[in-house]
Amino acid sequence: MAVALILVLVAVGSVVFHLVSPWWWTPIASNWRYIDNTLIITFWITGAVFVAVVLFMAYCIYRFRHQPDRQAHYEPENKKLEWWLTIITGVGVAAMLAPGLFVWQQFITVPDDATDIEIFGQQWQWSFRLPGPDGQLASTGTHLISPDNPLGLNQDDPRSRDDVVIEGGELRLPVGKPVKALLRSADVLHNFYVPEFRAKMDLVPGQVSYIWFTPTRTGTFDILCAELCGVGHPQMRGKVIVQEESEYQAWLRDQIARSFARLAPEAN
Amino acid sequence: MVDVPLGPAGAVAPADVEDVELYHPHSWVTKYVFSQDAKVIAIQYSFVALSVGLIALVLSWLMRLQLGFPGVFSFIDANAYYQFITMHGMMMVVYVLTALFLGGFGNYLIPLMVGARDMVFPYVNMLSFWIYLLAVLVLVASFFAPGGPTGAGWTLYPPQAILSGTPGGQEWGIILMLASLMIFIIGFTMGGLNYVVTVLQARARGMTLMRMPLTVWGIFTASFMALLAFPALFVGAVMMLFDRLFGTSFFMPAIVEMGQPLERNGGSPLLFQHLFWFFGHPEVYIVALPAFGIVSDLISTHARRNIFGYRMMVWALLAIGALSFVVWAHHMYVSGMNPYFGFFFATTTLIIAIPTAIKVYNWILTLWRGNIHLTVPMLFALAFIVTFVNGGLTGLFLGNVVVDVPLSDTMFVVAHFHMVMGVAPILVIFGAIYHWYPKVTGRMLNDTLGKLHFWVTFLGAYLIFFPMHYLGLMGIPRRYHDIADMSFVTPSVHTLNAFITIVALVVGATQLVFVFNLFWSLRHGTPSGGNPWRATTLEWQTPETPPPHGNWGKELPVVYRWAYDYSVPGADQDFLPQNQPGLTRTAPGSVHG
Repeated sequence: MAVALILVLVAVGSVVFHLVSPWWWTPIASNWRYIDNTLIITFWITGAVFVAVVLFMAYCIYRFRHQPDRQAHYEPENKKLEWWLTIITGVGVAAMLAPGLFVWQQFITVPDDATDIEIFGQQWQWSFRLPGPDGQLASTGTHLISPDNPLGLNQDDPRSRDDVVIEGGELRLPVGKPVKALLRSADVLHNFYVPEFRAKMDLVPGQVSYIWFTPTRTGTFDILCAELCGVGHPQMRGKVIVQEESEYQAWLRDQIARSFARLAPEAN
Repeated sequence: MVDVPLGPAGAVAPADVEDVELYHPHSWVTKYVFSQDAKVIAIQYSFVALSVGLIALVLSWLMRLQLGFPGVFSFIDANAYYQFITMHGMMMVVYVLTALFLGGFGNYLIPLMVGARDMVFPYVNMLSFWIYLLAVLVLVASFFAPGGPTGAGWTLYPPQAILSGTPGGQEWGIILMLASLMIFIIGFTMGGLNYVVTVLQARARGMTLMRMPLTVWGIFTASFMALLAFPALFVGAVMMLFDRLFGTSFFMPAIVEMGQPLERNGGSPLLFQHLFWFFGHPEVYIVALPAFGIVSDLISTHARRNIFGYRMMVWALLAIGALSFVVWAHHMYVSGMNPYFGFFFATTTLIIAIPTAIKVYNWILTLWRGNIHLTVPMLFALAFIVTFVNGGLTGLFLGNVVVDVPLSDTMFVVAHFHMVMGVAPILVIFGAIYHWYPKVTGRMLNDTLGKLHFWVTFLGAYLIFFPMHYLGLMGIPRRYHDIADMSFVTPSVHTLNAFITIVALVVGATQLVFVFNLFWSLRHGTPSGGNPWRATTLEWQTPETPPPHGNWGKELPVVYRWAYDYSVPGADQDFLPQNQPGLTRTAPGSVHG
């Protein structure tokens, strides 16, 4: 009896915890509401299964507890029941997988109007590169990295002249504009993670990975590293500041002016 | 499937293999130290694995102290924290769970349950244990090596695992870790071949494959899988060791470390991840399948009811074993691999949920219309179902590629895998020890202490890991020894972390009750007799308890029935041992063999 009751408490307690606990996801700030929706569908299906299994167990433990005159039922198999359960499970799994794959297709398909930006990781700081007026990023190479050229831009590439490099600072993005973030690392694996954006992807040295998203509200959000990258891993933080388009453009013009000012002596 | 006819002994195939002549030990040393008896080797394996488990438990306490009360314990700095998580993870997965299920339970139970005198290669079996012990010593030695153990995380992802920004990366830690893994795999291969060949070649007369207890099926399938999966890790370890010691670039692309370019080029960090998870995912099931098998037998025995859907259970085991080799990259959805892999691996991963669900249904349908004895082993088996279902269901979040994106690398993952491959299999290990201890020692473990151990462990573990999922949902990453200065972290998160730590300390301390029980009952436990649970399987039918070297006295047992003849209508007791002739079942005899 006590065992059955405790199992009921475990099932009910888990559901109550889910409903009333103060720990829940952060308010979303990107277009990936679909991910949240798929997650909610998964919560409902799996939650129902969990409660059903545990309550059924509790019932069996109470109803079929050992008693002196009780004999268990001898029934090695029940093909019909087993097949029905298999089919129902298959349907439940498909109900979760189908929306999941559908949203994954969107997650990996970058819209044509997305702006390329670069997110660059090294132990243990974030740097960023934004395209200037030409809207394009210059090519890069790890072997080109030096104190004067921290992201390893190819200086021979004409697109490099107006690229805006922001070292160890804050990433600014205009609200409502899709962004394709190209991810690059100088040393080890890192992971670009903004909880409010839901999106996350590893930065892998030796290759360029990507994610895309559209910021949907203005504000300042934490950038965390979500792939163990050495002892400084938890300190590898940054900020992403999502601004109105006009504010963003004003800031960007200012940055471009500064880059040119920095490059000016060389030009002379 | 062929149904072996039931009835008198004449119906059983004649022995086509002669009874074996075993090596007879002559001294105390060859009997108890360098023993070739699988049962002694099993105890040796279990003792070492449980000892490593206690070290891993203390490491988990240290981590939890840092997470619950950050900064209070000044010796737990970032370096130490990463060393603790790495060693805790690797120890638990490989040196505790794998070693205990296969080396411990496999050695003890396979020969007894299939009616053999010993493993088929006793000498190799003995070597397997001593090589395992060497691997453990090399691993533990890294605590005392310059720079301490590696802090690369148990996944040992390069390049960071062998660079200076990681504890032990440019010192001894990573070298000893890789060496230890390689030694472990050599030792395991010797044991694994033994388990597989013994099941295939040394079964008693009448013990058809489809009459084997599910415990044997689980351990057999897991051993087979381990023989296929561990070589991938071995190869990965060799290549990383070359990268670390000889400057090769298997996993090293061009790198600028702290402003200094390294003399490396062209390697692929992702290659290591593929090798690691080609081992790492089957490894989850290498731990889970023996647990599945054992828990099936515990439930059936203590519910006095045949396991429901035996054939489906066997096929489900095999299906899970096979499928587990084509799901590995679900650990890599956000690794930067080709994103189109996501479609394939999400589909295979969710398909594996179907045979797994069948197993869960059959366990609870075995309880249905049973005669449930709430013994300590049964309590652990029931708790296994709860925690395994919970952890299995959160696996559907993480397996479903796009849902994994926000959750990957967060505390949700930590909570998930602890529930499903930490808590659940460990509950089975405890249940199995309470169940088989009487066979090993001839005495029962103390029931009151057992129930205390059970309730604190089960409810405590649930309280630790259930709320932890929600921290991950919030966005708190794993492998952070400090979550200060995150804008979305509320004070209540710190309260929850402190709560989890306190529960973890209590659950950990309660394991001492179990250890005490193990030693105390050796002398003071109630004498158990040969078959205290009135079970059907062969290990309970040995002429002597504990069984001596050779197990069966003069004559090997002959098997007449499957392992689950509980509460057969018309029988005069509620179980019919597998080696008991007579009483043809009136129930549908043709549906199982």
